[in-house]
Amino acid sequence: MAKVSKKKSIKKKLKVSCGVPVVSEGHQQPVYEEEEEEQGGMDRAEEETMSGEEDEGEDERKRQKLLEAIRSLGGKRKKALGERSEAAGHMSEFSVNPDGGPAKVQLSDLIGSLEKTSAVPAKSRKQLKNLQHSEKTIESPLSKQETERIQRDMAFQKAASEVSRWDGFITQNQRAEQLRFPLNRDRAGPKPVEKLVVGWKARTPLEQEIFALLSANKQPLTDPVLTPAEEASVKAMSLEEAKIRRAELQKARALQSYYEAKARRERKIKSKKYHKVQNKAKRKDFLKHFDEMVKLNPAVALEELNKMELARMQERMSLKHQNSSKWAKSKAIMAKYDEEARKAMQQQLEMNKELTQKLITPLNNNNDDDDDEEEEEEEAGDLLPDFANDAVDGRDASNPWMKGKLTAEPAQQQQQQLSDTLTEAAQAVCEEEEECQAGETEEEALLREFNSRRKLHQAQESDAAGGVLPEVVMEDAAVESEASDSDDSCYVVESASISTGRENVPRETKAADCSERSAPLEETLMRIRTVEDVELLPPEPPAEPSQPPATEAPPSEEKHIRKRKKKKGIELKEVLTKETKLIKVPFTPTVTDSEDPEAKMDQRGLIKEAFAGDDVISDFLKDKRRKEDEGKPKVIDLTLPGWGDWGGVGLKPPKRKRRRFRVKSAPPPPRKDQHLPSVIISEKRNASVSLHQVHVLPFPFENHAQFESCIRSPLGRAWNTERTVKKLTKPRVVTQLGAIIDPVAEEELLKNNNKKVVARESS
Amino acid sequence: MKVKVLSRNPDDYVRETKHDIQRVPRNYDPSLHPFEVSREYTRALNATKLERVFAKPFLASLDGHRDGVNCLAKHPQSLSTLLSGSCDGEVKVWNLTKHECVRTLQAHEGFVRGMVVRHCGTSFFTIGDDKTIKHWKMEAPGYGEEEEPLNTILGKAVFTGLDHHQKNAVFATCGHQVDIWDEQRSTPIRSFTWGVDSFSSVRFNPVETELLGSCASDRSIVLYDMRESTPLKKVIMTMRTNTISWNPMEAYYFTCANEDYNLYTYDMRHLENPVKVHVDHVSAVLDVDYSPTGREFVSASFDKTIRIFPKDSANSREVYHTKRMQHVICVKWSADNKYVLSGSDEMNIRLWKANAAEKLGVLSPREKQAIHYSQKLKEKFQHHPQIKRIARHRHLPKVIYHQKNELKVMKEARRRKERNVRKHSKPGSVPVVSEKEKHVVSVVK
Repeated sequence: MAKVSKKKSIKKKLKVSCGVPVVSEGHQQPVYEEEEEEQGGMDRAEEETMSGEEDEGEDERKRQKLLEAIRSLGGKRKKALGERSEAAGHMSEFSVNPDGGPAKVQLSDLIGSLEKTSAVPAKSRKQLKNLQHSEKTIESPLSKQETERIQRDMAFQKAASEVSRWDGFITQNQRAEQLRFPLNRDRAGPKPVEKLVVGWKARTPLEQEIFALLSANKQPLTDPVLTPAEEASVKAMSLEEAKIRRAELQKARALQSYYEAKARRERKIKSKKYHKVQNKAKRKDFLKHFDEMVKLNPAVALEELNKMELARMQERMSLKHQNSSKWAKSKAIMAKYDEEARKAMQQQLEMNKELTQKLITPLNNNNDDDDDEEEEEEEAGDLLPDFANDAVDGRDASNPWMKGKLTAEPAQQQQQQLSDTLTEAAQAVCEEEEECQAGETEEEALLREFNSRRKLHQAQESDAAGGVLPEVVMEDAAVESEASDSDDSCYVVESASISTGRENVPRETKAADCSERSAPLEETLMRIRTVEDVELLPPEPPAEPSQPPATEAPPSEEKHIRKRKKKKGIELKEVLTKETKLIKVPFTPTVTDSEDPEAKMDQRGLIKEAFAGDDVISDFLKDKRRKEDEGKPKVIDLTLPGWGDWGGVGLKPPKRKRRRFRVKSAPPPPRKDQHLPSVIISEKRNASVSLHQVHVLPFPFENHAQFESCIRSPLGRAWNTERTVKKLTKPRVVTQLGAIIDPVAEEELLKNNNKKVVARESS
Repeated sequence: MKVKVLSRNPDDYVRETKHDIQRVPRNYDPSLHPFEVSREYTRALNATKLERVFAKPFLASLDGHRDGVNCLAKHPQSLSTLLSGSCDGEVKVWNLTKHECVRTLQAHEGFVRGMVVRHCGTSFFTIGDDKTIKHWKMEAPGYGEEEEPLNTILGKAVFTGLDHHQKNAVFATCGHQVDIWDEQRSTPIRSFTWGVDSFSSVRFNPVETELLGSCASDRSIVLYDMRESTPLKKVIMTMRTNTISWNPMEAYYFTCANEDYNLYTYDMRHLENPVKVHVDHVSAVLDVDYSPTGREFVSASFDKTIRIFPKDSANSREVYHTKRMQHVICVKWSADNKYVLSGSDEMNIRLWKANAAEKLGVLSPREKQAIHYSQKLKEKFQHHPQIKRIARHRHLPKVIYHQKNELKVMKEARRRKERNVRKHSKPGSVPVVSEKEKHVVSVVK
């Protein structure tokens, strides 16, 4: 049925298109819309006219059959061509006739079914509609060459931007004072065992024993230096905290020692009476407190009760307060006669009764009567106060010092003392109902307080361990950097103090830089085989300096300079007065010192002997005078005899003329050695010296002063401290012997970025 | 009577053991050291002289090939292993510490054009004139086994260059096109062509491992990205480039060895003109290789010399040659930055020190300090004429020396002519073209 309906619609369309054979593009639009409407209408009509169409279809078939029958009637029988009809030939799901036909395929034909399908989103439907309205034709695609070019350009830009990630890394490396290769070298220092020995296991019994011990004591197995917790605690500690904790610990230790001393003193007292009184007082105190304890701290009270129970048991087992002891027997004998002895015996029996009496308290109800003695003993083991155990644990977990715990020694002492007191107490219990723990004195209370505080601190830390740790690390890094800064500054101060007036640090790097850029090699036919060959090298053509060395000053400043020089000269004279005297010494032979004439005579004598023939000093002075004379400007006589007046033998040019034509040049600046009698300073340029001088300012330097200061600052260890030398002579590139240097990997970039991020965050 | 006695504490001047250094008390007051500069100058001068006297870079010659050495390959894992391929198709594996050949195999008929060791170091690839790519095991075959490649790929045309990816099982060849191969497949996974039909060398970027560079016979250098389907860019120069080498520490710099006697360092992002032109060779440069620190590179030339250039300097800092060394065809810088290896026409491979005057072997700390100190001194006084003259002096064979002078004269004449032309023409009509711009013809996108 659908088939037929479609056919129909196609027919109609054909009709329409035939009806408007030549339509301009602009006009076509309404037609389509009309069609669409029609189609829509048809769709609606389809259902209604189903039965009618069925009939029609049947009619058609009949007609066909009829036609065929007619055809077959007439003429000879044609060979029936096997025709194959395909469904696609007649219909299409897009309601477009694939046979072609006169009509073009329009967009509306293609998207006609769009309205029907609900799967197409409204947005794309709208877009398509807009597209339908738009009248622009799409440009034809670019040529292959051009597309490829664009693709290449895109790809290149992508690659270039990708490569540019390395910019930071590369510039950093270029500026770095020192580069170490290979880049991903392992850090020096202690390494965890598992890194060094892969798959190593404890095999020998000794090793196993050691490891068992270590693991039992919660000691680090693999990292021999510090446990992570210890590291964290080390990092977490700030200076003030450390100080506070140290003070606390000191106080605690002092208190403990006082307490110990006191206990020892008390223990040493031999008077029984004293102990009796003491114990009684303690017991009373205890009983007083016991009632309170039952209310406040039932657990502790229960423990106390258990202890009492234990004492009772021990009493029952032993015959201590029975009549069987020696003392008791003697008393029994005495009892008949002595009132006191009787009393004592009675007291003892009473004590026995008291001790062996079972306590019936509400608290004790929980405890079964038939508890084994072993269990009791176990509980006796538990009698140790909690904090004792804790202290031990804490010591295992981390550095006791850093955690603010008592150090191992005091802790042990405490423990020992505790056990001492326990045994004592046990004895005391036997003698008199005494609980194991001695009554709390003030000191004890303090100690306990400290302990509890420490515990609290520990708990806090363990709580914060996860969350706070990164921060802590950061803090630590900051501290480190601070430390290094301060270190650096120290160093700077040090170096400054050492090399006064040598500002060399930036210059140095510059010098290093300039080493990079090189002039061409001087390649010759000569080989250097020995040091002598080096001397034979052709000298470099001395480039004439564009200006003589900086000693010459512009004339405008001459006056100023002269002033300065004068000043300087006076100073020098002051300084050199003695020297002048010294020069005079040889003229006047002096034998003044009688103490060791030998030595003096020796020197003088030697000089005299050596220069017996010539007078060196006078020679020197003459030399100097000659030099001075040479430097003096000469008077030039330009008078020409016979010019302007009569000349001839015996005639002199007139005085006036002579005065006029005699040229006196300006006096030269004062000599530098004017005030230095024993020195000749020549200001002439010396060619042999200029061979060793730098004539042109080398590249990275901006002025003469920079370069000079760079040259003036020495590098060697005769003039610098060890550390300075080490820093100054640090090589720019360090490679490890026999290590393969791999190309830089992506990880380095990440590391670099991370460093930057950290730096940014910290700053 | 009171007698005053000198008293000294022996702790101040007596050594604890005789192996300790003598204690030298020092006063660092600068006024007490008036001659520090001249003393250091003398030290620097002496250090420079000694450096020149001890500059004996040639270490060993490995002989055994029966034809010119055409290619070398470093082992990525072992410093003492070197592979060389010769023009008769023979490949030799060398032990550098013992200076001996440990294995010889007839890999190809005709030249061995290229050779590369896989990044893991267990196998290597060779290409030859017989149009094959062969994959070999690094270990020698056991007794009685035949020397056979693991895998042989028969190509359509001759391959001329080969390089392996830094991490993946991918390698690249070039010949009439640049091909990217997967080790597991016998056909290339990607092929790049761009109008040219003959490439001479292809190299992977060791840092950005997906990038490649190749040089083609149309005087161009072409860049590729392995992930893209098209090449990236190419630059055409005045003369043909023989090889390129990427800087292993600086991702975007590469240096190319050119036929016009120069080397050019390019930033791959700006191919318009090279970052630096490295002159000094007097004949075509055939090969170039960067030091693993990326601060220097070594070049081999047809003029029978090897030169070492700092990466940012126009002139070489060192020239190596021997009487018997002929045209140097290939050169490599060892992975520990200490040695340079060169293979030349006359069938020898030569081992050189990268620093001519360097003392080899383990140094004691004091020795090290002394070396660092003298190095710094040389740097400090490098501008002084006497020191400069000694430090820069190099011996050159007569032929090269004269050739160099000739070139100098030619260059000067050209410059003079240009100057004169500029002088006698309308101002601005003859623009000044810098040395860098002269050698680049065009950049093709």
